[in-house]
Amino acid sequence: MSEFFAMGGHGFYIWTSFGVTALLMIIEVIAVKHSQKKVFKQLARLARAESQR
Amino acid sequence: MGFKNSIAWYYFSAPKNFYVLAGRLIPWFWGAAIVLLAVGLYMSFFVAPTDYKQGESYRIIFVHVPAAWMSMFIYLLMAAYAIIGLSWKVRMAEMMASALAPTGAMFTFLALWTGAFWGKPTWGTYWVWDARLTSELILLFLYIGFMSLQSAIDDPRRASRASALLAIVGVINLPIIYWSVKWWNTLHQGASVSPTMAPKMASTMLTVMFIMAVAFWMYTIAVVLMRARRIILERERQTTWVMDLVKAGTGDKQ
Repeated sequence: MSEFFAMGGHGFYIWTSFGVTALLMIIEVIAVKHSQKKVFKQLARLARAESQR
Repeated sequence: MGFKNSIAWYYFSAPKNFYVLAGRLIPWFWGAAIVLLAVGLYMSFFVAPTDYKQGESYRIIFVHVPAAWMSMFIYLLMAAYAIIGLSWKVRMAEMMASALAPTGAMFTFLALWTGAFWGKPTWGTYWVWDARLTSELILLFLYIGFMSLQSAIDDPRRASRASALLAIVGVINLPIIYWSVKWWNTLHQGASVSPTMAPKMASTMLTVMFIMAVAFWMYTIAVVLMRARRIILERERQTTWVMDLVKAGTGDKQ
C-alpha cells in the first residue's frame, strides 16, 4: 500500500498533479451550482418585489 | 447540412429552448464523465505499465496531455462561438463563449501545473521559458483577459463584442502552441501523438490517455452547459419565460 503511494519515489509529483486536477474540477462544479442557486434566489426576490408593487 | 438540421440549429439558438435541452442533457454528460474518469483513473495506476525510462512519474501524462488538449480545444470552440456571435448577433453563441472561458482557463492552468510537476523529476526544473511553456502561459493570459474584459463592461452585448474580438485575435496563439515544439528548440518533448505519424507510445498508455481525454470532454460539456444555463437566466431575466420559471420555483433543478 505505502509502496503504491510512494510511486517509486515520484509520489509527491504524481499526487500533486492528480490531486490538484481533481480538486479544481470539484471546486468548479460546486462554484457553478452555487452561483446558479444564487442567481435564482436573486431573481425570485426581484419577482416578489415586482408583484408587491 | 440538411434542411432539418438547420431548423434544429435555429431552434436551439433560442435561449429558452437551449435552456430546456441543456437541462435534459447535463445528467447524461455527468454520467459519462464519471464512468470514464473512474475507468481512466483505474487504468492510469493499475493497468498502464511502468515506463522503462521515466519510471512512475510519466503517469502524469494521463492528466497533463488531456488537460493541454482541452485548453486548446476549448479556446478554438470559444473563438468559433465568438465569431458566430459577432457576425450574426446570435445571443446564445455569445453566452456559450462566456460559458466556455472559465473551464478553458482551468484546464490551461492544469496543463501548466501538471507540466511543472512532471518537469521537475524529468528535467530537474519546474519551469523554463521555452516556446511551448511560454505560449501555453500566454493562452492562460488570453483566457483571463477575455473574462476580465467581460466583467469590466456592464452592458452584456458590448462586453460580448469586445471580448469576442480579443478571443478571435488570440487564435493566432493556437498554432504557435501546437507547432512550438517543431519550430523552436524546446526542452518540452515533441508530439507523442500526431495525425501524420505512428504514435511513439505503447498502445496501453495511448488508450488510457484517450479515455481520460474523452472523460475531460464529457466533464467540460456538462459543466459548461450548467454555466450557460446560469448565464441565460442572468441575461434573459426580463423575459416572461424566465419570470415564469422563477415563479414556478423549479429552475434550479436540472
